[in-house]
Amino acid sequence: MTISASQEPNTGQPPATDQEPGPASEQASEVQRKFGISVEDYMLPARRQIQMVAPDGTLKPESEQGTEPGHEYPIPGDAELVAAYERLVVGRRVNDQNSALVRQGRMAVYPSSHGQEACQVAAAMCLSDGDWLFPTYRDAVAVMAKGVDPVQAMTIFRGDWHGGYDPHEHKVGIQCTPLTTQLLHAVGVAHAAKLRGEDTVVLAMCGDGATSEGDFHEALNFAAVFHLPVIFFVQNNKYAISVPLSHQSVAPSLAHKAVGYGMAGERVDGNDLVALLAVLDRAVKLAREGSGPLLVEAHTYRMQAHTNADDDTRYRDNAEVSEWKAKDPLSRMDVYLRSRGLLDDDGAARIAERAEAVATQLREGLGEDVPVEPQNLFKYVFSTPTPQLREQSALLADELAREAGAK
Amino acid sequence: MTITTSSEANGNVSAATARAAAAAAAVAEARKPQSVTMAKALNTAMADAMRDDSSVLVFGEDVGRLGGVFRITDGLMAEFGEERCFDTPLAESGIVGMAIGMAMNGMRPVIEMQFDAFAYPAFEQILSHVAKMHNRTRGALTLPMVIRVPYAGGIGGVEHHCDSSEAYYAHTAGLKVFTPATVADAYRMLREAIDSDDPVIFMEPKKLYWSKDQVDLEALAAEHAANRTAGTSSEGRAAVARSGTDATLIAYGPSVPTALAAAAVAAEEGRSLEVIDVRTIVPFDDETVTASVRKTGRAVVIAEAHGFASVASEIVARVQERCFHHLAAPIRRVTGFDVPYPAPKLEHYYLPSVDRILDAVDDLQWEN
Repeated sequence: MTISASQEPNTGQPPATDQEPGPASEQASEVQRKFGISVEDYMLPARRQIQMVAPDGTLKPESEQGTEPGHEYPIPGDAELVAAYERLVVGRRVNDQNSALVRQGRMAVYPSSHGQEACQVAAAMCLSDGDWLFPTYRDAVAVMAKGVDPVQAMTIFRGDWHGGYDPHEHKVGIQCTPLTTQLLHAVGVAHAAKLRGEDTVVLAMCGDGATSEGDFHEALNFAAVFHLPVIFFVQNNKYAISVPLSHQSVAPSLAHKAVGYGMAGERVDGNDLVALLAVLDRAVKLAREGSGPLLVEAHTYRMQAHTNADDDTRYRDNAEVSEWKAKDPLSRMDVYLRSRGLLDDDGAARIAERAEAVATQLREGLGEDVPVEPQNLFKYVFSTPTPQLREQSALLADELAREAGAK
Repeated sequence: MTITTSSEANGNVSAATARAAAAAAAVAEARKPQSVTMAKALNTAMADAMRDDSSVLVFGEDVGRLGGVFRITDGLMAEFGEERCFDTPLAESGIVGMAIGMAMNGMRPVIEMQFDAFAYPAFEQILSHVAKMHNRTRGALTLPMVIRVPYAGGIGGVEHHCDSSEAYYAHTAGLKVFTPATVADAYRMLREAIDSDDPVIFMEPKKLYWSKDQVDLEALAAEHAANRTAGTSSEGRAAVARSGTDATLIAYGPSVPTALAAAAVAAEEGRSLEVIDVRTIVPFDDETVTASVRKTGRAVVIAEAHGFASVASEIVARVQERCFHHLAAPIRRVTGFDVPYPAPKLEHYYLPSVDRILDAVDDLQWEN
């Protein structure tokens, strides 16, 4: 007990401990007004994952889509679905083409998102041109779907430079290999935009294993505390290289982590492009309207090994892989769109042609040897090279000149 | 509203004139060099930069209402508002990582790591992203950000509050590392760090925070503005803190005053020591350092950090490579011992002292 407390008028009421006036209670009343549910029900994911189209391609009855009051998701419009399907087919072709290029020695390594293409496409498509995407190393298809040139997106794996594109051009962060570090960059980009009064939304991608990293926690907490328009999009593909999700987390779901930060979480079938677009479109809309950050967990599966250097038979059964093959995002979308009359054989053929054109672009772009410029080693360390770097640059130039002279 | 005295109202011109003269004298007095602490110089540098450029932001732990545990950010939140100077959750990686995103998106964040050793949780962000973003993006992105690190010992601090962590940053390609030793340099160098398009680790010797010097901060601000217009800066230039002819003491940050004290004692003993203040570890000023050692032929490098694999070791190697034929004796190092930073009652055994520096100077083969 403190002296000041005893001087307060005794109202005979127990002290208010739960809902003190402040941002939290404002948020609660805002949620109540907007969705008609409690803030906890808003932040906790719906009891089941959102799934609209069943693995066989049939539309699920609305009552079985996993939606609940305050967690309602309208089906995206026809044009968006057809455009998304095209990107899905292109994404699959890109994955398989790139894997082939690795086998042919044209690229050092490629972490394929084969099986996760619906997540890749939805992550890019839910954003507007001015919105930012922060991808991981496995998100090349999302990077391309956001507009980055396919060959530039693959530079990181070709080996002539670490990053191949200007992040500002299409508002895409450089593909990030250290886990979840890019989530904080997403938070910073959103924070800067908010300070300037811009309505930019930022989507940051990571995997299930990455949710164990410290920066995952710091990024979600910062985004929530500063009330920033960031969508944290977790592709739960069940493995972090070889370690299964059960070794990363025993939370009811990864989406449940959201409530601990004071943000809304949702889980969605990551192989159902319709549900993904519905959930992410709404998340982006809410973030843009000022609802703060959101966490979306997509259940998907990495159909291939971590990279070409990995042997997935050491840690998972073929039966499990086959089971997920039946949930493939492409065939599901194909059947669904045809049933809706949005796709026919001609349309499918045109899309296949476009996918082939991108594959050709990759083969040609990655097939040619781009000459590397040794002096570039020194060019991009600082805006202006230090005297020490100029010395080292001269040393290398001299070495190369003597080599050339000896030939 | 202007308050006038009755004498002025009555046209007592002489009283008004006397007051005007007194006011002018007071302004002139204020403009003369004042006794200023390094803390005040750093604080003024940030405030001036924030006034000049609305994209300059200051954030970290306790930097807002409290003004920082060392009060270096005192008054910034009050003057510039909570959007431009604010407290973050206690998460150093978060602070640095968010600053990266802000710097990517048009801001110039100046962030504070509360203490040297408390910056370690941010190492991945600093090494993998701050240092490399310009390189990874082939120059498309620059990260104009300053990471302020109060560092080094001599203040009787508890463990994890007194590390000399400069070598970790200096070893990382892509980071500039500045460390001022004087009040004027604290202002000058922090302004230049904030202007830099490249990330700067700004190492502040915490035992010098309350050191004072006669400094005219307005004149320094004017000097900075003029340099900026002319496109010049003091970055990458070491300073001759004291001229001498017999041997060179090379020091930086908290060790500069110790080196100067040693040179003063040596002068009484008839030995003329030159003291070089390195100022910016990265980029390093080989020219000034080697010119001095070529002149004197003898050198001692002084730093608080452990000597093994240290900045002091790098300086010895660089000088030796460039001045071998001018050297009359091997270059000596006076550094902290290769032990974890000691408890307060033991730190004076650890820190480079005047006596230890003079002993090293005595060892420079004067018989040759």
